Amino acid sequence: MADFWDGYALPTIIILAQILAIMVPLLVAVAYLTLAERKVIAGMQMRTGPAKVGPFGLLQPLADGLKLFGKETILPAGANRLVFIMAPMLTFVLAMVAWAVIPVGDGMVIADINVGILYLFAISSLGVYGIIMAGWASNSKYPFLGALRSAAQMVSYEVSIGFVIITVLLCVGSLNLSDIVNAQKTVWFAIPLLPMFVVFFISALAETNRAPFDLPEGESELVAGYFVEYSSMSFALFFLGEYANMILMSAMTTILFLGGWLPPFDIAPLNWIPGPIWFALKIALVLFLFLWVRATFPRYRYDQLMRLGWKVFLPLSLVWVILTAGVLVAFDWLPA
Amino acid sequence: MAEMTIKPMTLNFGPQHPAAHGVLRLVLEMDGEVIERADPHIGLLHRGTEKLIEYKTYLQAVPYFDRLDYVSPMCQEHAYALAVEKLLGLEVPARAQYIRVLFSEVTRILNHLLNITTFALDVGAMTPLLWGFEEREKLMEFYERVSGARLHSAYFRPGGVHQDLPAGIADDMLAWIESFPKIIDDIESLLTENRIFKQRTVDIGVISAAEAQAWGFSGPSLRASDVAWDLRKSQPYDAYADMDFDVVIGKTGDCYARYLVRMEEMRQSLKIMRQAIEKMPSGPIKSLDRKVSPPKRGEMKQSMEALIHHFKLYTEGYHVPAGETYAAVEAPKGEFGVFIVADGSNRPYRCHIRAPGYPFLAAMDFLCKGHMLADSVAILGSLDIVFGEIDR
Repeated sequence: MADFWDGYALPTIIILAQILAIMVPLLVAVAYLTLAERKVIAGMQMRTGPAKVGPFGLLQPLADGLKLFGKETILPAGANRLVFIMAPMLTFVLAMVAWAVIPVGDGMVIADINVGILYLFAISSLGVYGIIMAGWASNSKYPFLGALRSAAQMVSYEVSIGFVIITVLLCVGSLNLSDIVNAQKTVWFAIPLLPMFVVFFISALAETNRAPFDLPEGESELVAGYFVEYSSMSFALFFLGEYANMILMSAMTTILFLGGWLPPFDIAPLNWIPGPIWFALKIALVLFLFLWVRATFPRYRYDQLMRLGWKVFLPLSLVWVILTAGVLVAFDWLPA
Repeated sequence: MAEMTIKPMTLNFGPQHPAAHGVLRLVLEMDGEVIERADPHIGLLHRGTEKLIEYKTYLQAVPYFDRLDYVSPMCQEHAYALAVEKLLGLEVPARAQYIRVLFSEVTRILNHLLNITTFALDVGAMTPLLWGFEEREKLMEFYERVSGARLHSAYFRPGGVHQDLPAGIADDMLAWIESFPKIIDDIESLLTENRIFKQRTVDIGVISAAEAQAWGFSGPSLRASDVAWDLRKSQPYDAYADMDFDVVIGKTGDCYARYLVRMEEMRQSLKIMRQAIEKMPSGPIKSLDRKVSPPKRGEMKQSMEALIHHFKLYTEGYHVPAGETYAAVEAPKGEFGVFIVADGSNRPYRCHIRAPGYPFLAAMDFLCKGHMLADSVAILGSLDIVFGEIDR
C-alpha cells in the first residue's frame, strides 16, 4: 500500500497539481488576452473598447465565454463529423501540451527534458493539422482555401524558425530550455542576435496566423477561413487555441531572446522581483507587439507571404547560422 | 491515359461576404488562388427607383436620389435638381449655388473617407476605418444641421436648396477644414508609404487610359488612369466656375493610383469648401418663382396667394414643360447623370439614371483576370462600388 502511495499516487497528484498550476493561469491569461487585444486596439483606434461588463469591462471575457457556451453547435450536413469535431480539440490540446516544457522560473517547469526546444518545435509544427483537418472536414470552399493557405504558410515559416533556433543553440550548447535561459545571464540574445530576434518575431506572427499574416482566416477574402463552419464551443476551442499559441510563441521569444525569467540587470531592486513575474512581464511585452502590429499593418497576399518566407527569411537565417558558427569557432567562444 | 479536362473551382463570392460592399454576388472561376473569370451578378438591391419616380411628382422624386448611392446623397440630388431646372429654364440664386457646391464637396469627402478606409480594411488595415469614421461623423452633423437628416437629406431641390444655412455653421465648418488635413496625414502615415499596402495595391488592377475610356469609367477611377476629365472643370455647373482647384490625376491606373487620387481629391475638396464659404453671397436660397418653389411660412400667414401656391405645390406639384434633357454632375464616384423625359404633366414620363458604379462593375472581369483572390478584393475596394446606385 505504501509502495503504491509513494510510487504512483503521490507523483500523480503532484503532476496533476503542477499541470493545474500552469493550465489555470494560462487559460485566465488567454481570456484576458482577448480583452487586452480589444482594449489595446481600441486605444489605437481612438475608441474605448469593452467597458460595460464589469468594471473597465473586466468581466467581458466571461460574458463572451458564456455566450459561446450557450450557442448551438452546428454540424454541416456535408461535413465529416468525426474529423470536424476532432479538429478544434486537436488545436486546443496541442496549444496546451506545449507548456509542459516551458520554464516559468528557475527550475519551475513540469518536464525539464533535455530536448525541450525540439519538443516545442515538434508540437508547434503539429498545430497545422488541426487547421487542415478543420478545412477539409468542413467540406466547404472557403475553409478549404484557408486550410491550404495555412498549411503552406506554417511549413514555410517553420524552416526559418528552425534556423533561428539553431543559431541560438550554437550560442548555448544545449537543447534544454532552462540552460538556454541561464546562458543569457550576461547578455540577452536579443542584443547579439538582433536580426534573428526580428526574424523570429515575424515568423512567430506567421506561425500563429496573426496579422499581417492572417491569411488562413483573412476576413476580407475568405470570410473567416478555416473556421467558417464552426460555431459555439468548437469555435471557442479554435479561438482559445489561437490565443494560447500566441502566448506560447511569446514565451518562446522570451526564452530564446529576452532572457526568460531573468531580470534585465542583476542588481538590487530588480532581482528582488521573482522570476515568474519577470517572465510574465516579458511575455506581455511581446504580446503587446503582436497587438500593435495587428492594429497597424495591412494583410500580405498569399504569394507575397511565401516569397518573404522562402526568399528573404530563409537565406537570411541561413547566413546568420553560418556567420554565428564562424564567429564562435574563430574566436573560440563555443560553449563547453 | 485518357485526356481529362479539369473544371476550375467556382467560388461564390457574396452576397453575404464581408468584402462584397453591400450585395455584390461575384461568381469566381479559379485555378487555385488565381482568378480565371469573374462574373458579377447584380439585381439583389433592385428597388425599381426609375419606375417609382414616374409615379411621383417632381418634388417627391428627390428623396429617391438619396437612396441610390447612400454614401454620397447630395451629389445625386444635385444632378436631378440640375436636370429639372434645365427643363423648367429656372435660374438658381447665387447663394443657393454656393451652398450646393459647399455641400457637394462635403459629400465628396464623406464618400472618399468611406471608400479609402474600407479599401484599407479590405486589404487588412483596420485602423484607418475608425479614424475616418470619426470625421465622417462630424460631416454628417453638418448634414444634419442644414437638412435635419444625417444621410437622406433631401436638401438640394429643383430651384435651390431647402433652407438657408443655420447660424454659426460656417465658422464650425472653417474650424473643421483647419483640423481635417491632420487626419488625412495620419491616415496617409499608415498607408501611403506602407510596404505591405504598396505590395497589395501597386500594379494591381491596372487599366490604361484608352481602356478606362472604352469601359465607360469616370471620376477618380478614370483620373487615376491619367485622363484629366472632371465635369466640374470641363462643364462647370452651379458655382464651380468660380472655384479655384486642381483636377487630380494618377499616372499608373492601378489600385494605388486610385487611392492616391482620392486622398488628394479630399484636400482639393477642402480648398473648394473654404472658397465656397468665403465667397458665399447673401440673398435667397431658392428660386423666387412661386410656381416652382414654395413660399416662406411667414408669408403664408399674410398672403392668400402664397397660401394657394403652397397648397398647389404640395398637392399637385409643378408642371414641367414637355421635353427631354440630360444633366450630369461630378459625383464622388464619377459621372452621375439623370436623363428626364417630361410630357408636360406634374410627373416625369421617364427618368433614367446613369450610375458611375455600373461600368466599374462591368470591368471587374477584365480587371481581375489573372490576379489572385486577395487582389479581387483590393480591386473591388479601389473601384468604389455601392450597390444602391448600380441596382437602382
